[in-house]
Amino acid sequence: MEEIIRLENVTFTYPATELKEAFNALEDVTLSIEKGSFVAVIGQNGSGKSTLAKCINALLLPAEGTVRVNGYDTKDEAHLWDVRQSAGMVFQNPDNQIVSSVVEDDVAFGPENLGVPPAEIRTRVDEALEAVGMSAFKKNAPHLLSGGQKQRIAIAGAIAMRPQCIVFDEPTAMLDPKGRKEVMKIIHQLHQEGITCILITHFMEEAAQADRIIILDNGHIYMDGTPREIFTDRESLKALGLNVPMAVELSYQLQDLGIALPAGIVEEEELIEALCRSK
Amino acid sequence: MSIEVRHITHIYNKGLPQESAALRDVSFDVADGEFLGIIGHTGSGKSTLLQHLDGLLKPDEGQIVINGVDITAPKVSLLAVRKQIGLVFQYPEYQLFDETVAADVAFGPRNLGLDQEEIEARVRESLRLVNLDYEAIKDKSPFDFSGGQKRRIAMAGVLAMQPRVLILDEPTAGLDPRAHRDVLEMIRQYHAARPDSIIILVSHNMNDIAEYADRVLVLDKGQVIFHDTPKEVFAKSAELRAIGLDIPDLADLAEKLTARGFTVPGDLFTIPEMARAIAAALRGGEGA
Amino acid sequence: MIRDITLGQYYPGESILHRLDPRLKILATLAYIILLFIVNEWIGFAACFVFLAAAIALSRIPLPFILRGLKVIFIIILFTFVLNLFMYDGTVLVRIWKLTITDQGLKRALFMAGRLILLIISSSLLTFTTTPIQLTNGLERLMKPLSKIGVPSHEIAMMMSIALRFIPTLLDETDKIMKAQQARGADFESGNILHRAKQMIPILVPLFISAFRIAQDMALAMEARCYRGGEGRTSMTEMRFRKRDYITAAVLLLFAAGIITLRVLI
Repeated sequence: MEEIIRLENVTFTYPATELKEAFNALEDVTLSIEKGSFVAVIGQNGSGKSTLAKCINALLLPAEGTVRVNGYDTKDEAHLWDVRQSAGMVFQNPDNQIVSSVVEDDVAFGPENLGVPPAEIRTRVDEALEAVGMSAFKKNAPHLLSGGQKQRIAIAGAIAMRPQCIVFDEPTAMLDPKGRKEVMKIIHQLHQEGITCILITHFMEEAAQADRIIILDNGHIYMDGTPREIFTDRESLKALGLNVPMAVELSYQLQDLGIALPAGIVEEEELIEALCRSK
Repeated sequence: MSIEVRHITHIYNKGLPQESAALRDVSFDVADGEFLGIIGHTGSGKSTLLQHLDGLLKPDEGQIVINGVDITAPKVSLLAVRKQIGLVFQYPEYQLFDETVAADVAFGPRNLGLDQEEIEARVRESLRLVNLDYEAIKDKSPFDFSGGQKRRIAMAGVLAMQPRVLILDEPTAGLDPRAHRDVLEMIRQYHAARPDSIIILVSHNMNDIAEYADRVLVLDKGQVIFHDTPKEVFAKSAELRAIGLDIPDLADLAEKLTARGFTVPGDLFTIPEMARAIAAALRGGEGA
Repeated sequence: MIRDITLGQYYPGESILHRLDPRLKILATLAYIILLFIVNEWIGFAACFVFLAAAIALSRIPLPFILRGLKVIFIIILFTFVLNLFMYDGTVLVRIWKLTITDQGLKRALFMAGRLILLIISSSLLTFTTTPIQLTNGLERLMKPLSKIGVPSHEIAMMMSIALRFIPTLLDETDKIMKAQQARGADFESGNILHRAKQMIPILVPLFISAFRIAQDMALAMEARCYRGGEGRTSMTEMRFRKRDYITAAVLLLFAAGIITLRVLI
């Protein structure tokens, strides 16, 4: 199992302001992310998930501990750009990450910053737009696109830098259901192609699609496991204020009503199967 | 208090090549005390419709009569309209501007020309309605709060106008699960405390609409497709999917269970109800 | 109405004008405008007119679209025309009350109004046939020599490019804020100047805050994409002078020479 990202005893402190005292957004967090995996990070607002995301690509540097991406320490200034090229990032607000008024120029922004030769930038841009299904919109103005389409452009912009890993920081929070589906579809695609995907989200249905879920609470890792392990712990989810998936909640309530069901039901299909067998 | 929308049509870019109808012959009524849910894909005309209800836009054809007053008539006083109708836009926290929370929430009442005492009472009351501590926050800058709190302050700004009709455009957009539930609960409480008030909720979340709305208005390409109870509307799953909309998770489950030989009603929109129905179906020995 | 401001908008196309090097187009527009003010008699003016007409034809942009941009400044053109009409001495043509219209006045008025029209159209033609990115890239390349004396040409170009990109976004934002405040009873139409100025605060404050929020988000996004200033940056669109650029430059030089000669001789 090759490791691509490692956090070791990471603590991140936000300094005191007029309104708030200094506090640790992340406290003594240690975790390792395997190359090619699809990891979801969930947690309430204020749990530290966005801080975690920004520590991975060195937008934030930890007060204590180290963050390593592809072996590079994020604190190492000499390799800052290697870190950011290896770990791309897609942000929550589709509008505020688009730099240019023409789609293909925006996708080219990353490679241009890396000093990639012009002909190769062209190739990368075309491939990236193809990968997100937006080739037809190459010459369009981004501000006329839907939220989902804008996010796809942002993803293309990250892909064009040929990263090994992409961190998605609540990419669907501001999108409608259609846009959310579009973005999740591409994340799956990228994962199939071997890109390590780290999805920060508070949508349970999205986290359920990952291989591994990490729950953050108040800057600590509260739970770390497969979707099945996490979602069946209904009590913890409720305690954390997170949504329990419908199938899980229904199973519990049915059991409370005396209906016998196998343990560990997470998905709608599993519930339906189990009910059919109970008939 | 009632709302009658009669055959309104609104055309963008009239006369130009990009002319398009945002609303086409839209008619519907909303009764006293009703909680109306409006659903439709992005671009179906929902936002345009809301702006018409608040007098921000005037239709090219048709009238809107609110409590007996035709608000689309040429010389109608818009201030009078806005006394009755409160409209909370998407991401309302982006409209905060004043130096203190109290001043910002008071903006609406000030524009209504009320006296100082009345204004203060309303500010106090509306902050209480959104579960914020008036004394603790009244003199703070509205920008010193978290996203969820700012949203509640902005909503209080609209509630302070004490509208008889409260229209909310995706009030839970961008909120985490806890804040999402809190906002909806708050709306429900507001409605419960004012039996003759009307709530109009626009949302993409079918589960929320199913749980809270008395009736649902479905828009597609500027036209009204359905206007009925959640039970009736969400039973039409094929038609809804055809126009790009989903049905509530539980309705979807009911559909799938029915296809497998269980008879489960399609109009149950809360989990406890569904659990009981499934248990009953199993015990009753129903199904093939 | 805001959408009527066609100045600065790009009109997609593949005409020769669209494909010319942006640096050439910028210099050509500047040169043309200077020549407009050098021209002083009818032949030269006619030549300028024909030159621009040819450019419009080559751009394949519909004439109504080009003329729409004049609508907005129609008042200014009219004002200039009228002002010049009554200002100059010469052979009197018409007398209206105390004001006289002379032949000189008429000529000057026609010339000034004409210059304005041609100036607006030629600048518009530049922005219609050149994307904002091409414009800022072109300006950046043209200004590059200045960076040797400390002018931050790349940073200026980047700022302009991002500003252009966000104009439509901020316009939308303004619209949304206005509507939200109107829904709370704000009235932006009535009252005297002072009152209306105060009413701007509920729009300007949220707008500024939005702008700052956008800037913060953008900074993070740009850093995440490895932006570190102009050093070592390449560009997907290379700017190379091609045959069509040399030919255009030659035509432009001939034209300029002709105009200047006319001015000197006549």
